[in-house]
Amino acid sequence: MNIPDELLYTKTHEWVKKINPKEVVVGITDPAQQQLKDIVFVELPSIGKDLRAGVACAVVESVKAAYDIFAPLSGTVMKVNQKIQEKPELVNNDPYGEGWFLHIEISNPNELNNLLNPAQYRIIGESMH
Amino acid sequence: MKKTPLYDAHLKLHARMVSFHDYLMPIQYDTITNEHHCVRKKAGLFDISHMGRFEVSGNMALPFIQYIITNDAAKLADKQVQYTPICNEQGGILDDILVYKWHQKHFTLVGNCSNREKDLAWLQKQAAAYQPIEIRDLTDGTSLIALQGPLSLDILEDTFKGKFGHLKRFSFDDFLWDGIRITISRTGYTGEEGFEIFADTTSVTKLWDLLLDNNKQDGLAPVGLGARDTLRLEAGLLLYGNEMNETITPLETTIGWTVKFGKDSFIGKESLLRQKAQGVDRKLAGFEMIDRGIPRQGYPVLQENEIIGNVTSGSFSPTMNANIGLGLIKSQYAHPGERLQIQIRGNNYNARVVKTPFYQREIRQ
Repeated sequence: MNIPDELLYTKTHEWVKKINPKEVVVGITDPAQQQLKDIVFVELPSIGKDLRAGVACAVVESVKAAYDIFAPLSGTVMKVNQKIQEKPELVNNDPYGEGWFLHIEISNPNELNNLLNPAQYRIIGESMH
Repeated sequence: MKKTPLYDAHLKLHARMVSFHDYLMPIQYDTITNEHHCVRKKAGLFDISHMGRFEVSGNMALPFIQYIITNDAAKLADKQVQYTPICNEQGGILDDILVYKWHQKHFTLVGNCSNREKDLAWLQKQAAAYQPIEIRDLTDGTSLIALQGPLSLDILEDTFKGKFGHLKRFSFDDFLWDGIRITISRTGYTGEEGFEIFADTTSVTKLWDLLLDNNKQDGLAPVGLGARDTLRLEAGLLLYGNEMNETITPLETTIGWTVKFGKDSFIGKESLLRQKAQGVDRKLAGFEMIDRGIPRQGYPVLQENEIIGNVTSGSFSPTMNANIGLGLIKSQYAHPGERLQIQIRGNNYNARVVKTPFYQREIRQ
């Protein structure tokens, strides 16, 4: 199970990477993509959309069902990964790289304190198997 | 939670087990997409021991069956199989089953796992007028596996060192394998060539392992309920609880052909005759998404902002690489080419009505 040390996580299996004090990249974790198995569809929010931490902001669908992806932090959508809409399997193949979901310009940096560190998330990730 | 006799075999194959109507069943061993392609291109092995199985025997067996089903079992020769709904007085579908005719006085019925208790109670209630008749629930004492895919005949002949080509579609027979009686029927729920095999609970694991071990290199793989659902949907086959329930009649779906008005009285006949004369208000139709989005059961179907029905089943289709679904919609829109919108998470996406089955295999000469 791949849980990179340099990222932050949520209980709902999103990862967060800080690029600068105001901008983060978000995706779903390796344990999450393993659980979903073949991802066949991704729905992303529009650029400029305001997000609230903990509220659904995207959807991934496996063959079997649809799952919400929750905004880890409040802010504004800056960029979305068009490539995963064309090739959803990128989320399975490279969840921390080419399978990223969106960039958020964060509005409340204090919320970063609510995120899990890799050790904390590992416990949750392992409990899924 | 109940387990089928193959439970340990599934664990050994690292299946992901889920609860399915009281049974712990394998939803997938690999990915659903891989398993789906495996059945379309090679062959897959399914545990379907959870399905309800009943034996009906006695002098009145045939007239009794004729009374409870809408199809015409009098057309069956010995060792032939027929697909039929069982309806209530209103014509609503109580279950859809396969009727296996051993002979005039002996039948096996195979129905949905979710309807097992309901079916048994219904059969017993209706049997009162057809004594002497014996109805036995065989589900726990037997097991059922399905071998499906273009290679299934070769696999069967190779594994059992015999010929099965004479077994026509929708017929079955008994065979001896290693001194054990097994029943093989040329039926399935995938849209592919295939067989279903009844065996006793003590031999089924040996049979399962033998089939898999002998044919792994040719591409046979175990397949879970996940791919069983996508395969049957592509083949336009209905699922009880999705396309059928007690408020939906066969005439409103795509299995109107299973209602044989020419035969004597059967449960639901009057209601269905009336509905046939009046015409149906709603009808099951297949559709394909034009816009991006996967339809799912329960999503509203619209036309010009008016709700005209609901999605009954929907999925990504691995064979067609498209998003497809079935929906019960107002009859006037249930024609190929008609434009619809499917409401997915509050937004409307374009779809078009298409003919079913979505997928039809090429018949090998």
